[in-house]
Amino acid sequence: MDWLPEGIVPSPEAVARSWRTWIFGAATRSLSPYSGTWSGAVLHSAERVIEGFGLATLIGVPLGLLIGWSRRTSDLVDPTIQLFRPVPITAWIPFALAFFGIYDASAIFLVALGAFFPIVVNATQGARDIDILLLRAGRMMGASRAVELRSIVFPAAMPSIFTGLRLGVGVSWTAVIISEMVAVKSGLGYALWDAYYVGRMDICVATMISFGLLGFLSDRLILLCWRYAAPWRRIGASR
Amino acid sequence: MAADWREPMTAAIEIAEVWKRFNRAGRDVDALQAISLTIQANEFVAILGPSGCGKSTLLNMVAGFDHPTSGAVRVNGEAVTAPSPRRGVVFQESALFPWCSVLDNVTFGARQQKRRPAEYLPKAAAILEQVGLSAFAAHYPAELSGGMKQRVGLARVLLMAPQVLLMDEPFGALDAQTRSLMQELLLEVWERNRQTVLFVTHDIDEALLLADIVYIMTARPGRIKAVLSIDLPRPRTVAVTTLPGFSEMKTQIRALIRDEAVRASTEV
Repeated sequence: MDWLPEGIVPSPEAVARSWRTWIFGAATRSLSPYSGTWSGAVLHSAERVIEGFGLATLIGVPLGLLIGWSRRTSDLVDPTIQLFRPVPITAWIPFALAFFGIYDASAIFLVALGAFFPIVVNATQGARDIDILLLRAGRMMGASRAVELRSIVFPAAMPSIFTGLRLGVGVSWTAVIISEMVAVKSGLGYALWDAYYVGRMDICVATMISFGLLGFLSDRLILLCWRYAAPWRRIGASR
Repeated sequence: MAADWREPMTAAIEIAEVWKRFNRAGRDVDALQAISLTIQANEFVAILGPSGCGKSTLLNMVAGFDHPTSGAVRVNGEAVTAPSPRRGVVFQESALFPWCSVLDNVTFGARQQKRRPAEYLPKAAAILEQVGLSAFAAHYPAELSGGMKQRVGLARVLLMAPQVLLMDEPFGALDAQTRSLMQELLLEVWERNRQTVLFVTHDIDEALLLADIVYIMTARPGRIKAVLSIDLPRPRTVAVTTLPGFSEMKTQIRALIRDEAVRASTEV
């Protein structure tokens, strides 16, 4: 690996060693910020992702279904959503800082905002793509508007909703990194930026791999929920 | 040929001077022209016509999914404005809820009507038995064959005990053997309940086998070309298709339809 500039790319052994210390702590007492602090950083970041992503799901899924199902809601809300959607999440940082300050709320806001758009757009599409015959069958059997939304449109849109959730959780991790770089002073994103400033590329690489693992795990978790939430799809899939 | 020799009974379905006009690419196209027909209670009526003649549009208007451009549709004297559990529909594609088990699909209507499980569950079990699906109550639609799905579609409507049964080519997508089994099942069910049925099909044999009265429709624009009373003895089985009267009527209808089919196929 001679062609790599000296001192920029750490060796795998160095990364593994530093990461172990970061996770389990040094054998001797250490003042290093990278001794035994990894799990705390992960928890901080994960908490922000869970809260922001959870908020985006709680608002985005019902709102998306309503937009896709009701023409009136669509006319009322959809133009506003489409207006805000192209604004990159990074462009919101100054606004978030001014509004929420250097607190968790800023990070959670940015995560929620980033995850909201893929979630709401996919839920909308799922509700719009529903087979008209299913709606007719429900109405023919006397389903009220509320039952139609809850018991027909919602399950029918489930595949799209979960696509939105998977995309949304990916954006959540991106948003948590940037918000921890600039808005709050804890978490993996903060560790990444801080390690860069003090020239600890081994820690930077360990953080990148950590994010990769967390992203992978959260995606798996959503897939697991999908399988649990849609048992009828397992039959179709096995054919 | 018309059914006026019958005793006057309550008209279950009344279609009066119904027109349906679509706007296609800036041009007005008549899908239905001046359709008038009356279906008495407990009658099995088939509407026979080539694809694209507007017969499904007509059925959708009786169901309340679609509305005439002009004219009126009444069921038991009441103008149809929206879908209602009093008018049960069996669709060409089963239109079952994929996320509901067979039993949950069948009882969906009963649950909307706030009926008590103690009342509707035994009935649902009896109807599933009748359509031969008792062993499949817990299965999802994805696990069923096309014929079984249509039986679920029929069962869920039967449990609602509607005033009229509307069937939109319900066996059109099935293979010939399954279709003839389904026709026998429907005859059996009909003998038991004697419900008013409006049955839409493009299959001459099917219309003759099932119906008391057959309305023959023309292709675009849809009009009623002829009405035939089918005097085959009931209860019927597929065996009636071998009766001499059956093939005579078939020949008669074929002749009526041929001009239509030719005309439709030469149109662009």
